[in-house]
Amino acid sequence: MTGYLHSIETMGAVDGPGIRTVVFMQGCFARCIYCHNPDTWKLNGGKVYEANEIVKIAKRYKPYYGKDGGVTFSGGEPLLQGEFITECMKALKKEGINSIIDTSGTYFDEHTAYAIEQAQMIILDIKHWDAKLFKEITSISQKNLLKIIEIINKKEKPVWIRQVIVPGINDTENNIKRLNEFIKNIKNIENIELLGYHNLGEAKWEKLNLKYRLKGTPQMDPKKLEKLNNLLNFPTREMLMHLEK
Amino acid sequence: MERAWRGFKSGNWGNNIDVDNFIQLNYTPYEGDETFLVGATERTKKATKIVEDLLIEERKNNGVLKIDTDRIMTVDAFEPGYIDKDLDIIVGLQTDEPLKRGVCPFGGIRMARQACEAYGVKLGKDIEKTFEHVKTHNDGVFSVYSDEMLMVRKVGLITGLPDAYGRGRIIGDYRRLALYGVDYLIEEKKKDHKLQSNLPMTEENVRLTEEIQKQIEVLGKLKKMAASYGCDISKPAANVKEAIQWVYFAYLGAIKEENGAAMSLGRTSTFIDIYAERDLKEGIATEEQIQEYIDDFILKLRVARHLRPPVYNELFAGDPMWITEGLGGMGADGRTLVTKNSFRYLNTLYNLGPSPEPNMTVLWSEKLPEKFKQFCAQVSIDTDSIQYENDDVMRKDYGEDYSIACCVSAIKMGKQMQFFGARCNLAKILLLALNGGRDELTGIQVGPKMEPITGQLDYDEVIKRFNFYRDWLCELYVNIMNIIHYMHDKYDYEKIQMAFLDTHLSRLMAFGVAGLSVAADSLSAIKYAKVTPIFNDDNLIVDFDIKGEFPKYGNDDDKVDNIASALAKGVTQSLKLHPAYRNAKHTLSILTITSNVVYGKKTGNTPDGRRSGEPFAPGANPMHSRDTMGALASLNSVAKVKFDDCQDGVSCTFSITPETLGKNKQDQKNTLVNLMSGYFTQRAHHLNVNVLNRAKLIEARDNPERYPNLTIRVSGYAVKFNSLSKAHQEEVINRTIHTAI
Repeated sequence: MTGYLHSIETMGAVDGPGIRTVVFMQGCFARCIYCHNPDTWKLNGGKVYEANEIVKIAKRYKPYYGKDGGVTFSGGEPLLQGEFITECMKALKKEGINSIIDTSGTYFDEHTAYAIEQAQMIILDIKHWDAKLFKEITSISQKNLLKIIEIINKKEKPVWIRQVIVPGINDTENNIKRLNEFIKNIKNIENIELLGYHNLGEAKWEKLNLKYRLKGTPQMDPKKLEKLNNLLNFPTREMLMHLEK
Repeated sequence: MERAWRGFKSGNWGNNIDVDNFIQLNYTPYEGDETFLVGATERTKKATKIVEDLLIEERKNNGVLKIDTDRIMTVDAFEPGYIDKDLDIIVGLQTDEPLKRGVCPFGGIRMARQACEAYGVKLGKDIEKTFEHVKTHNDGVFSVYSDEMLMVRKVGLITGLPDAYGRGRIIGDYRRLALYGVDYLIEEKKKDHKLQSNLPMTEENVRLTEEIQKQIEVLGKLKKMAASYGCDISKPAANVKEAIQWVYFAYLGAIKEENGAAMSLGRTSTFIDIYAERDLKEGIATEEQIQEYIDDFILKLRVARHLRPPVYNELFAGDPMWITEGLGGMGADGRTLVTKNSFRYLNTLYNLGPSPEPNMTVLWSEKLPEKFKQFCAQVSIDTDSIQYENDDVMRKDYGEDYSIACCVSAIKMGKQMQFFGARCNLAKILLLALNGGRDELTGIQVGPKMEPITGQLDYDEVIKRFNFYRDWLCELYVNIMNIIHYMHDKYDYEKIQMAFLDTHLSRLMAFGVAGLSVAADSLSAIKYAKVTPIFNDDNLIVDFDIKGEFPKYGNDDDKVDNIASALAKGVTQSLKLHPAYRNAKHTLSILTITSNVVYGKKTGNTPDGRRSGEPFAPGANPMHSRDTMGALASLNSVAKVKFDDCQDGVSCTFSITPETLGKNKQDQKNTLVNLMSGYFTQRAHHLNVNVLNRAKLIEARDNPERYPNLTIRVSGYAVKFNSLSKAHQEEVINRTIHTAI
């Protein structure tokens, strides 16, 4: 079976635990206003790879993985090619390599549950807790996200939560408070991090002749971001109770 | 001896000179973490401040503070000098003032003269007069060079030959002075002399006998020099302070006597730790005192200087001495050679601040204690001042007690020496081959004549031609090196370093190549794309029409990586066909130091699309911006160049942003440790690690005064960024800095 890839980054150290080979999948239906990889949107762009080619490449980096590292499927939206990544993850598991799915929760189909089942952990980029704003940011209904959370909970997969904080859109304390509420519905949260908006993607939009809606939006102030980060309810009460035991 | 050796476990080292045996029987491996370390004392802070101020003066003064032009620098030429007589604990300077440089003219009077003139002074009349009658190494070599040799040198097929200055890369086993005292060493050498002088007087035996006599004489002078500082080195060191001082005197003797291209320290930390542990146990020294001794020792090494002309700086930028010290590693019995003192040496980078010298080199093994690995990673992230070399690979060929000459070259301590020399330019050989022996820049017929190749290039034909010209150059290269080292032994024999080595040595002859990635990518282009040469009016190939894509070295793609490793193997095999002076064993390094800029300057357009004059990548690095799969793919490509083919080292310089390594310090440390483990378990040899942002380098380029101590690893050594020329700064800024968004 084949999949469409945008690219491979062999040195990923911030996309899950340990050193990770990051497979950027091609294709995404969401149109996030601050997307920094608009060149991954088109589904049948990029390069065609066989699942076993992915395994072959990942095996080359096994010496670097240590006890935690492995492969992260990112994108694009990796769940858009759920069947392909499922096959990759099964084959990787046979080689003793763990996999992570880094998803925006904007796409759902009959392969999604199988894909999540194969992943050792999910990185979940929650664009917004509010359904209306979620749609405004991504142009996709938040219902897909809720379904994905349900599957993650059912399969009891550990989760790293992320949210990009954009000045003027979600950089308020209230947003964080509500985010804290929203993620109470997710069972195994291991980590939460807020990422500051940067405009490094803007040039790519222009190159693709796309209009960048956030033009002129300043980069996120790191100090303010840190303040918001401190408001996160993390470690969660559940985690602390778990530690107590 | 008895008092000095109290408490030590006896063994073979008590009957013969055998430092390795002494260490193995007496050292204490340390598996703990860095929390025992102590900071700088008030005294250390004061001394450091004095040195920092002097360094500012030196920089203001065009990089050279003072030169003594009137006397020849030798072991005992200068009265004692101090950084501050009241503050100094470990004493001794090369001249009578810190940062004052002396003249060592025996390598070549021309270089000494040029160096003086470049800094606005004139070489003293007496020295000039003396050398009207004294032949130097430089004179000797040029009196024998053939026309062809002069030509390959001129066009840059071989660059960096040590034919005009001291060759360096010899490491005395300076620990011997501390363990045995100078009297015993003299006695042993006298015994050797006696045996040697009774042999049949062949040319070889006469030479060695005379050499031993030189060693004996200079050891006597060393004793006098130490006495001028109030120290009696005739007997062994009796405590840790003396052990450090004795080792330093031995090393100091070497850098007083020789202006060698690289003057490594060796492998001293674990040896000294034995004395530190004994003093701690006896209660005669505290941790704070020991760290203070080490700090002062390292501070002295940081003010060591040699006088070199600006042309030298073009090849080896940043005024390096290569005071290389090997830290860590594993013993043959499976115990780690990491001791508390390995930590203390690294701790000087905090107590005294980051610095390129001494060139701290961690001998990395998979089996190193985890806590030491973590601490090294932390020091890399904080200071960019250390490099890593694969102990698991080197130990196999060099045993447990080896050290690193210059940047990456392993040598058995006390038992081996190296004849170092230069690099041949692989990219230029390729162009020469295509042009039928003519130099692509000047059109001069340099090598054997052949018709230039025409039409779309055929890989097999190109390889045949390449191999033909490679073999021609390799033969010439060995012959050139034989001349150089014959003359160096004759006119500039390193008697003091040799006095700390076994009389009967094994010798390595270390060759080098530059332009590995350019040559590999060029051959890949010829093989996988369509490359057609473009001629000028003079029937000379000056450019290439390149159509289509081709795999590029640095992306973990065997198609091209195998070309690179075959290139290295081919050169080694070709060199070995020609006997080397004094039965030396041929070795090869893929290391450019900073001469990758000069090599690029001397090389025309290449079939990989590189433009004429553009710098090469350093060492075995991929060309920058061609490695598009990320850092690890790039490292994997380098790891395929086999150490067995390049036993003098395969250098890789690696830069990454802190954010790419992880979000917090602990993650960054873990990532760096995993990264090195992954790289080195593939039997890769060397890694220079820089953790920095390009923005910081640009800022330092534009505001040098704000970054007086910004230290970066360049290629087997480190430099202060602001001591680099503009061209070198640009090249460093343009290198790939691995970044993930």
